Amino acid sequence: MIYSEFIIEVVLENKPAARDPVGETIRRDLLAKKGYDMVSNVRSGQYLRFYLTAENEKKAEEIIEELLNKLRIFNPVTQNFKILKLQKES
Amino acid sequence: MSVKIAVIDFPGSNCDLDTIHVLNDVINIKADLVWHNYFKESKYDGVILPGGFAFGDYLRAGIIAAHSPAIDEARVMLEDGRPVIGICNGFQVLTEAQFLPGALLQNDTLTFICKWVMVKVENNETAFSNKMNIGDILNIPIAHAEGRYYIENLKELEENNQIVFRYSNENGECTKDSNPNGSLANIAGVCNLERNCIGFMPHPERASESILSPKGTSHGKNFFNSMVEFIKKRL
Repeated sequence: MIYSEFIIEVVLENKPAARDPVGETIRRDLLAKKGYDMVSNVRSGQYLRFYLTAENEKKAEEIIEELLNKLRIFNPVTQNFKILKLQKES
Repeated sequence: MSVKIAVIDFPGSNCDLDTIHVLNDVINIKADLVWHNYFKESKYDGVILPGGFAFGDYLRAGIIAAHSPAIDEARVMLEDGRPVIGICNGFQVLTEAQFLPGALLQNDTLTFICKWVMVKVENNETAFSNKMNIGDILNIPIAHAEGRYYIENLKELEENNQIVFRYSNENGECTKDSNPNGSLANIAGVCNLERNCIGFMPHPERASESILSPKGTSHGKNFFNSMVEFIKKRL
Protein backbone atom coordinates (compact mmCIF):
# COMPACT_ATOMS: atom_id res chain seq x y z
CA MET A 1 0.00 0.00 0.00
CA ILE A 2 1.35 3.41 -0.95
CA TYR A 3 0.71 6.15 1.56
CA SER A 4 0.66 9.83 0.73
CA GLU A 5 1.02 12.87 2.89
CA PHE A 6 -1.94 15.14 3.43
CA ILE A 7 -2.58 18.49 5.05
CA ILE A 8 -6.07 19.04 6.43
CA GLU A 9 -7.26 22.39 7.74
CA VAL A 10 -10.09 22.43 10.24
CA VAL A 11 -11.96 25.30 11.87
CA LEU A 12 -13.89 24.97 15.13
CA GLU A 13 -16.67 27.48 15.65
CA ASN A 14 -19.24 28.07 18.40
CA LYS A 15 -22.73 26.87 17.46
CA PRO A 16 -25.05 29.69 16.38
CA ALA A 17 -26.97 29.49 19.69
CA ALA A 18 -23.81 29.88 21.79
CA ARG A 19 -22.81 33.53 22.02
CA ASP A 20 -19.40 34.47 20.69
CA PRO A 21 -18.20 37.52 22.66
CA VAL A 22 -14.94 37.71 20.68
CA GLY A 23 -16.80 38.12 17.38
CA GLU A 24 -19.33 40.45 18.98
CA THR A 25 -16.58 42.70 20.36
CA ILE A 26 -14.71 42.86 17.04
CA ARG A 27 -17.90 43.93 15.30
CA ARG A 28 -19.29 46.30 17.93
CA ASP A 29 -16.16 47.91 19.35
CA LEU A 30 -13.94 47.99 16.28
CA LEU A 31 -15.67 47.58 12.92
CA ALA A 32 -18.81 49.58 13.71
CA LYS A 33 -16.77 52.39 15.28
CA LYS A 34 -14.43 52.61 12.28
CA GLY A 35 -17.13 52.92 9.67
CA TYR A 36 -17.55 49.26 8.70
CA ASP A 37 -21.18 49.12 9.75
CA MET A 38 -22.01 47.08 6.65
CA VAL A 39 -20.55 44.12 8.59
CA SER A 40 -23.53 42.74 10.47
CA ASN A 41 -21.91 39.79 12.25
CA VAL A 42 -18.48 38.34 13.06
CA ARG A 43 -17.91 34.85 14.41
CA SER A 44 -14.52 33.80 15.78
CA GLY A 45 -13.16 30.27 15.76
CA GLN A 46 -10.17 28.08 16.31
CA TYR A 47 -7.99 26.92 13.42
CA LEU A 48 -6.12 23.61 13.36
CA ARG A 49 -3.89 22.16 10.64
CA PHE A 50 -3.23 18.43 10.66
CA TYR A 51 -0.30 16.79 8.81
CA LEU A 52 -0.83 13.07 8.29
CA THR A 53 -0.20 10.08 6.05
CA ALA A 54 -3.07 8.05 4.62
CA GLU A 55 -3.89 5.77 1.70
CA ASN A 56 -5.98 8.37 -0.05
CA GLU A 57 -7.92 11.59 0.40
CA LYS A 58 -11.04 9.86 1.62
CA LYS A 59 -9.15 7.89 4.29
CA ALA A 60 -7.33 11.03 5.40
CA GLU A 61 -10.64 12.81 5.88
CA GLU A 62 -12.08 9.82 7.75
CA ILE A 63 -9.14 9.74 10.16
CA ILE A 64 -9.51 13.43 10.95
CA GLU A 65 -13.27 13.19 11.41
CA GLU A 66 -12.80 10.20 13.68
CA LEU A 67 -10.23 11.85 15.92
CA LEU A 68 -12.20 15.10 16.08
CA ASN A 69 -15.23 13.18 17.35
CA LYS A 70 -13.57 10.48 19.41
CA LEU A 71 -11.17 12.71 21.33
CA ARG A 72 -13.59 15.64 21.53
CA ILE A 73 -11.15 17.93 19.75
CA PHE A 74 -14.28 19.99 19.23
CA ASN A 75 -16.87 20.23 22.00
CA PRO A 76 -20.18 19.01 20.53
CA VAL A 77 -22.07 20.84 23.30
CA THR A 78 -21.02 24.22 21.99
CA GLN A 79 -19.05 23.86 18.75
CA ASN A 80 -19.25 22.69 15.17
CA PHE A 81 -16.27 21.80 13.05
CA LYS A 82 -15.73 22.26 9.36
CA ILE A 83 -12.96 20.86 7.16
CA LEU A 84 -11.79 23.92 5.25
CA LYS A 85 -9.26 22.36 2.95
CA LEU A 86 -7.76 18.98 2.24
CA GLN A 87 -4.55 18.99 0.28
CA LYS A 88 -2.21 16.27 -0.88
CA GLU A 89 1.45 17.06 -0.31
CA SER A 90 3.51 16.75 -3.46
CA MET B 1 -12.89 3.99 59.23
CA SER B 2 -11.43 7.39 58.59
CA VAL B 3 -12.24 9.45 55.55
CA LYS B 4 -9.51 9.94 52.95
CA ILE B 5 -9.74 12.30 50.00
CA ALA B 6 -7.46 12.70 46.98
CA VAL B 7 -6.72 16.03 45.31
CA ILE B 8 -5.46 15.48 41.78
CA ASP B 9 -2.43 17.39 40.58
CA PHE B 10 -2.29 18.06 36.85
CA PRO B 11 0.54 20.02 35.24
CA GLY B 12 -0.79 23.56 35.67
CA SER B 13 -3.10 22.93 38.62
CA ASN B 14 -3.35 25.62 41.27
CA CYS B 15 -5.12 25.97 44.61
CA ASP B 16 -4.33 22.25 44.92
CA LEU B 17 -2.28 22.93 48.05
CA ASP B 18 -4.91 25.34 49.37
CA THR B 19 -7.46 22.54 49.04
CA ILE B 20 -5.16 20.09 50.84
CA HIS B 21 -4.60 22.70 53.56
CA VAL B 22 -8.32 23.23 54.15
CA LEU B 23 -8.99 19.48 54.30
CA ASN B 24 -6.01 18.68 56.54
CA ASP B 25 -5.80 21.71 58.78
CA VAL B 26 -9.20 23.39 58.79
CA ILE B 27 -11.63 20.47 58.83
CA ASN B 28 -9.12 17.79 59.93
CA ILE B 29 -9.60 15.25 57.17
CA LYS B 30 -6.87 13.14 55.63
CA ALA B 31 -6.11 14.25 52.10
CA ASP B 32 -3.32 13.47 49.66
CA LEU B 33 -2.09 15.46 46.71
CA VAL B 34 -1.74 12.86 43.93
CA TRP B 35 -0.01 13.32 40.56
CA HIS B 36 -2.61 12.59 37.88
CA ASN B 37 -0.71 9.67 36.32
CA TYR B 38 -0.40 7.88 39.69
CA PHE B 39 -3.92 8.26 41.07
CA LYS B 40 -5.57 5.00 42.21
CA GLU B 41 -9.23 5.30 43.15
CA SER B 42 -9.22 2.24 45.44
CA LYS B 43 -7.32 4.17 48.14
CA TYR B 44 -9.82 7.03 48.45
CA ASP B 45 -13.36 7.83 49.54
CA GLY B 46 -13.64 10.90 47.35
CA VAL B 47 -11.71 12.97 44.85
CA ILE B 48 -11.34 16.68 44.11
CA LEU B 49 -10.10 18.09 40.80
CA PRO B 50 -8.66 21.49 41.76
CA GLY B 51 -8.49 24.80 39.97
CA GLY B 52 -5.78 26.08 37.69
CA PHE B 53 -4.84 25.70 34.06
CA ALA B 54 -4.31 21.97 33.53
CA PHE B 55 -2.10 21.42 30.47
CA GLY B 56 -2.07 25.17 29.90
CA ASP B 57 -5.78 25.14 28.95
CA TYR B 58 -4.50 24.23 25.47
CA LEU B 59 -7.16 23.49 22.85
CA ARG B 60 -9.91 24.18 25.45
CA ALA B 61 -9.84 24.47 29.22
CA GLY B 62 -10.04 20.96 30.67
CA ILE B 63 -10.02 18.87 27.49
CA ILE B 64 -6.48 17.47 27.70
CA ALA B 65 -6.88 16.64 31.41
CA ALA B 66 -10.19 14.94 30.60
CA HIS B 67 -8.15 12.28 28.77
CA SER B 68 -5.80 11.70 31.76
CA PRO B 69 -5.70 8.24 33.41
CA ALA B 70 -6.88 10.01 36.59
CA ILE B 71 -10.23 10.54 34.89
CA ASP B 72 -10.60 6.82 34.16
CA GLU B 73 -10.00 6.20 37.87
CA ALA B 74 -12.43 8.97 38.84
CA ARG B 75 -15.04 7.40 36.55
CA VAL B 76 -15.00 4.28 38.74
CA MET B 77 -15.74 6.50 41.76
CA LEU B 78 -18.43 8.35 39.85
CA GLU B 79 -20.17 5.09 39.01
CA ASP B 80 -20.05 3.60 42.49
CA GLY B 81 -21.39 6.78 44.08
CA ARG B 82 -18.29 8.24 45.74
CA PRO B 83 -18.03 12.04 45.54
CA VAL B 84 -16.23 13.49 42.52
CA ILE B 85 -15.83 17.25 42.85
CA GLY B 86 -14.47 19.76 40.36
CA ILE B 87 -13.52 23.27 41.43
CA CYS B 88 -13.04 25.92 38.72
CA ASN B 89 -10.68 24.24 36.21
CA GLY B 90 -11.81 20.94 37.74
CA PHE B 91 -15.39 21.83 36.74
CA GLN B 92 -14.15 22.42 33.18
CA VAL B 93 -12.45 19.00 33.24
CA LEU B 94 -15.65 17.32 34.46
CA THR B 95 -17.76 18.82 31.67
CA GLU B 96 -15.16 17.90 29.05
CA ALA B 97 -15.03 14.35 30.48
CA GLN B 98 -18.85 14.31 30.23
CA PHE B 99 -19.29 13.56 33.93
CA LEU B 100 -21.44 16.70 34.00
CA PRO B 101 -23.72 18.26 31.39
CA GLY B 102 -23.01 21.55 29.63
CA ALA B 103 -19.83 23.46 28.90
CA LEU B 104 -17.85 26.44 30.21
CA LEU B 105 -17.15 29.14 27.65
CA GLN B 106 -15.07 32.29 27.69
CA ASN B 107 -16.48 34.96 30.04
CA ASP B 108 -18.67 37.45 28.20
CA THR B 109 -16.35 40.20 29.50
CA LEU B 110 -13.49 38.55 27.51
CA THR B 111 -11.34 39.04 30.61
CA PHE B 112 -10.01 36.93 33.45
CA ILE B 113 -12.14 37.82 36.48
CA CYS B 114 -10.81 37.56 40.02
CA LYS B 115 -13.19 38.87 42.66
CA TRP B 116 -15.49 37.96 45.54
CA VAL B 117 -19.06 37.18 44.50
CA MET B 118 -22.16 35.71 46.11
CA VAL B 119 -23.82 32.43 45.27
CA LYS B 120 -27.18 31.08 46.32
CA VAL B 121 -27.78 27.44 47.22
CA GLU B 122 -30.42 25.86 44.95
CA ASN B 123 -30.04 22.17 45.81
CA ASN B 124 -28.83 20.97 49.22
CA GLU B 125 -29.02 17.26 48.54
CA THR B 126 -25.66 16.87 46.83
CA ALA B 127 -22.21 15.72 47.89
CA PHE B 128 -21.00 19.34 47.95
CA SER B 129 -24.01 21.15 49.48
CA ASN B 130 -25.75 18.89 52.03
CA LYS B 131 -24.61 20.96 55.03
CA MET B 132 -26.30 24.06 53.60
CA ASN B 133 -29.89 25.28 53.37
CA ILE B 134 -31.68 26.09 50.15
CA GLY B 135 -31.53 29.86 49.73
CA ASP B 136 -28.32 30.29 51.76
CA ILE B 137 -26.20 33.08 50.29
CA LEU B 138 -22.48 32.38 50.34
CA ASN B 139 -19.60 34.78 50.03
CA ILE B 140 -16.89 33.26 47.83
CA PRO B 141 -14.23 34.29 45.28
CA ILE B 142 -14.05 33.46 41.57
CA ALA B 143 -10.90 33.46 39.45
CA HIS B 144 -11.43 32.36 35.87
CA ALA B 145 -11.48 33.31 32.21
CA GLU B 146 -13.76 30.51 30.99
CA GLY B 147 -16.64 30.32 33.44
CA ARG B 148 -19.68 31.12 31.31
CA TYR B 149 -21.85 28.06 31.79
CA TYR B 150 -23.76 27.03 28.69
CA ILE B 151 -26.14 24.21 27.95
CA GLU B 152 -28.58 23.70 25.10
CA ASN B 153 -31.34 22.14 27.20
CA LEU B 154 -31.64 24.37 30.25
CA LYS B 155 -35.19 23.18 30.94
CA GLU B 156 -34.10 19.59 31.43
CA LEU B 157 -31.33 20.69 33.82
CA GLU B 158 -33.87 22.68 35.85
CA GLU B 159 -36.46 19.90 35.85
CA ASN B 160 -33.87 17.44 37.12
CA ASN B 161 -32.83 19.89 39.84
CA GLN B 162 -29.22 19.75 38.67
CA ILE B 163 -28.49 23.43 39.27
CA VAL B 164 -26.78 23.47 42.67
CA PHE B 165 -25.57 27.08 42.89
CA ARG B 166 -26.41 30.33 41.12
CA TYR B 167 -24.68 33.71 41.24
CA SER B 168 -26.91 36.15 43.13
CA ASN B 169 -26.91 39.49 44.89
CA GLU B 170 -27.01 39.77 48.69
CA ASN B 171 -30.81 39.47 48.64
CA GLY B 172 -30.63 36.19 46.77
CA GLU B 173 -31.87 37.69 43.51
CA CYS B 174 -30.18 36.21 40.44
CA THR B 175 -29.83 39.45 38.55
CA LYS B 176 -27.75 40.30 35.50
CA ASP B 177 -25.52 42.52 37.65
CA SER B 178 -24.74 39.66 40.01
CA ASN B 179 -23.76 37.37 37.13
CA PRO B 180 -20.00 37.93 36.73
CA ASN B 181 -19.34 36.00 33.52
CA GLY B 182 -22.56 35.76 31.53
CA SER B 183 -23.43 32.22 32.65
CA LEU B 184 -26.78 30.96 31.43
CA ALA B 185 -29.40 31.43 34.19
CA ASN B 186 -26.62 32.64 36.55
CA ILE B 187 -25.41 29.05 36.95
CA ALA B 188 -22.30 28.69 39.17
CA GLY B 189 -22.44 24.95 39.88
CA VAL B 190 -24.23 21.84 38.63
CA CYS B 191 -24.46 18.18 39.63
CA ASN B 192 -25.12 14.85 37.94
CA LEU B 193 -28.41 13.01 38.35
CA GLU B 194 -26.96 10.87 41.17
CA ARG B 195 -25.83 14.00 43.11
CA ASN B 196 -22.32 12.64 43.79
CA CYS B 197 -20.55 14.67 41.10
CA ILE B 198 -20.53 18.46 41.39
CA GLY B 199 -18.75 21.11 39.41
CA PHE B 200 -18.42 24.56 40.96
CA MET B 201 -16.77 27.60 39.38
CA PRO B 202 -15.87 29.65 42.52
CA HIS B 203 -13.10 28.63 44.93
CA PRO B 204 -14.35 27.41 48.34
CA GLU B 205 -10.79 26.55 49.41
CA ARG B 206 -9.97 30.27 49.27
CA ALA B 207 -12.95 31.09 51.48
CA SER B 208 -12.69 28.58 54.31
CA GLU B 209 -10.95 30.77 56.89
CA SER B 210 -12.32 34.10 58.08
CA ILE B 211 -8.87 35.73 57.94
CA LEU B 212 -8.89 35.27 54.14
CA SER B 213 -12.31 36.81 53.58
CA PRO B 214 -12.91 40.56 53.21
CA LYS B 215 -16.21 40.09 55.07
CA GLY B 216 -14.75 37.76 57.70
CA THR B 217 -16.81 34.80 56.46
CA SER B 218 -15.72 31.18 56.12
CA HIS B 219 -18.51 29.79 53.96
CA GLY B 220 -16.10 27.65 51.95
CA LYS B 221 -15.83 25.17 54.82
CA ASN B 222 -19.48 24.14 54.27
CA PHE B 223 -18.58 22.66 50.90
CA PHE B 224 -15.86 20.38 52.26
CA ASN B 225 -17.88 19.49 55.35
CA SER B 226 -20.72 18.49 52.99
CA MET B 227 -18.33 16.24 51.08
CA VAL B 228 -17.20 14.56 54.31
CA GLU B 229 -20.78 14.17 55.52
CA PHE B 230 -21.74 12.57 52.19
CA ILE B 231 -18.84 10.10 52.53
CA LYS B 232 -19.67 9.25 56.17
CA LYS B 233 -23.27 8.48 55.24
CA ARG B 234 -22.04 6.03 52.62
CA LEU B 235 -19.51 4.22 54.85
